Amino acid sequence: MKQLWHKAKFKEQMAGYLFILPNMSGYLLFVFFPIVFSLFLVFVDWDYLKGFEGIRWVGFGNFQELGDDTKFLKSLLNNTIFTIVSVPVSMLLGLLLAVVLNKYVFFKQLFRTLIFLPYVSSLVAVSVIWSIMYNAQEGPINEFLRSIGVSNPPGWLSSPQYALIAIILMSVWVTIGYAMVIYLAGLQGIPKDLYEAAEIDGASKLRQLAQITVPMLTPTTFLIVITLVIWSFQVFGPVAVMTQGGPIDSTYVLAYHIYLLAFRFYKMGYAATVSWILFTVIFIVTMVQWQLQKRWQHYF
Amino acid sequence: METAYKRKEVAHFVYKRTRSKSISFALKVFVSLLMGLFALVMIIPFLWMISTSFKVNGEVFDYPIQWIPNQWNFENYKKVWTGDNPFYLYYFNSLKITVITVAGNLFTSAMAGFAFARLQFKGRNFLFLLYLSTMMIPSQVLLVPRFILFDTMKLINTHYSLILPGMFTVFGTFLMRQFFSTLPGELLEAAKVDGAGYWRTFWQICLPLTKPALMTLLILTFTWHWNDYEQPLIFLRDKALYTIPLGLTTFVEEFGTDYVLSMAASVSALIPILIVVVICQKWFVEGITSSGLKG
Repeated sequence: MKQLWHKAKFKEQMAGYLFILPNMSGYLLFVFFPIVFSLFLVFVDWDYLKGFEGIRWVGFGNFQELGDDTKFLKSLLNNTIFTIVSVPVSMLLGLLLAVVLNKYVFFKQLFRTLIFLPYVSSLVAVSVIWSIMYNAQEGPINEFLRSIGVSNPPGWLSSPQYALIAIILMSVWVTIGYAMVIYLAGLQGIPKDLYEAAEIDGASKLRQLAQITVPMLTPTTFLIVITLVIWSFQVFGPVAVMTQGGPIDSTYVLAYHIYLLAFRFYKMGYAATVSWILFTVIFIVTMVQWQLQKRWQHYF
Repeated sequence: METAYKRKEVAHFVYKRTRSKSISFALKVFVSLLMGLFALVMIIPFLWMISTSFKVNGEVFDYPIQWIPNQWNFENYKKVWTGDNPFYLYYFNSLKITVITVAGNLFTSAMAGFAFARLQFKGRNFLFLLYLSTMMIPSQVLLVPRFILFDTMKLINTHYSLILPGMFTVFGTFLMRQFFSTLPGELLEAAKVDGAGYWRTFWQICLPLTKPALMTLLILTFTWHWNDYEQPLIFLRDKALYTIPLGLTTFVEEFGTDYVLSMAASVSALIPILIVVVICQKWFVEGITSSGLKG
């Protein structure tokens, strides 16, 4: 009997290993090994064009280089501005749209689909469209602005002051649909009797929104903020297509910096270092969010 | 006296209710109109793209915008689809890469997810923890070492460099494990009693029940690989191997200020997939929402 049990146990073990084998082997080769390898790259200077002879151990030299790398600092700043501006705007607009769509409109599904379309579109394709629409001299956006009386509309992608704003605007247009759809799902989870009780107590719609809807949606808000923050720190396509980081580095971002370092200048070690900084930023932001969420849950 | 007061209160409440209902109808019409306007503004870039793609170059920036071209020009599309680097080639490449990657990812993720959730084996928790610890690593960290790896494996400039890493994802495994854990234990007991082996338990009994999770994973990985730009940009060299986003940007670079042509290419890249999204919008919305909320 005991032997039989052992045999069954053994069989289950074997089945377990066989079931994870395909995924595990791919994971080790294409995820785990690259991560370990990348951690090694952080400590070397590698001119990739010289092949494996180009590797030189530099210890923490790459980290020291970060402080003098004005492009890196600029990209960190731009990513931060990008995130601080775009995330709250997308979030608030998404919330507003979700609340309105949930109750106050006909053709709810049609509107939801239309507003959601930019988010599932290829970012590269929408960047191509917007870069032509942003044309400073005769693009439709500036023509429209002139027609409503703005005599000197911004130069958008060709102007160092406005290029980042132009990309942020487009990104908000892309991510509103995401925030809205997630908020819509969150709204389904709020019990109806909360509103009925508030109604009987005579609370106005606005007060219901502020004191029931928004607090009950907090976990959803956390999810949206984390996703959008990560999204904004990784932004690459729009910059690569619309501005290539210019004019005068005004739209230079981390992901684009890593791309140029590694695949234009073949500085593999330093590129890996910058990519780990990107990871660190994402990691810290996520951890802070988590802690905040935990604390929030204590209140309720 | 008291009942009369109560009755009055109830009457007032009912009055308020019905009044608010009739207001809400008028309000609903008004808000719907506003929302319609907003939705229209949201899709203006798409409408402008379609309209422009049928124009000739001189008319691109006419203002007020001529939404319906004076003369329909189909030459642009002819160039996009039958030129030196025709778009059907990019479609073929994108379809090939996406279909194989997504199918492979669903398969390996489901298998590993099943094992992590339902089978006992030594080192299970350790291995799963290992997976979890690497889940937050952004793709940018992987790009550099993967490029070197693929270069030594002579896989640069092949579709393998895009397909292989996409087939084994931490996210997919995690998602499937979470879903397999929610299946009732009796189900597996019953399968065992009936003498079903592990494979049959997985393939015929459990897998059909995980359809919602598979659907979520399918939608997410499909949109991700279909729209991915950075990886093809780094790993592919020959134009004949390009995917749609990469093909589009090369096209745009090549023809520079030929905006009409760029728009025809953008329409070719976007519209087919947008039609799929509109038809399957329920799946797309559900797939994208459930990934975060249930995880």
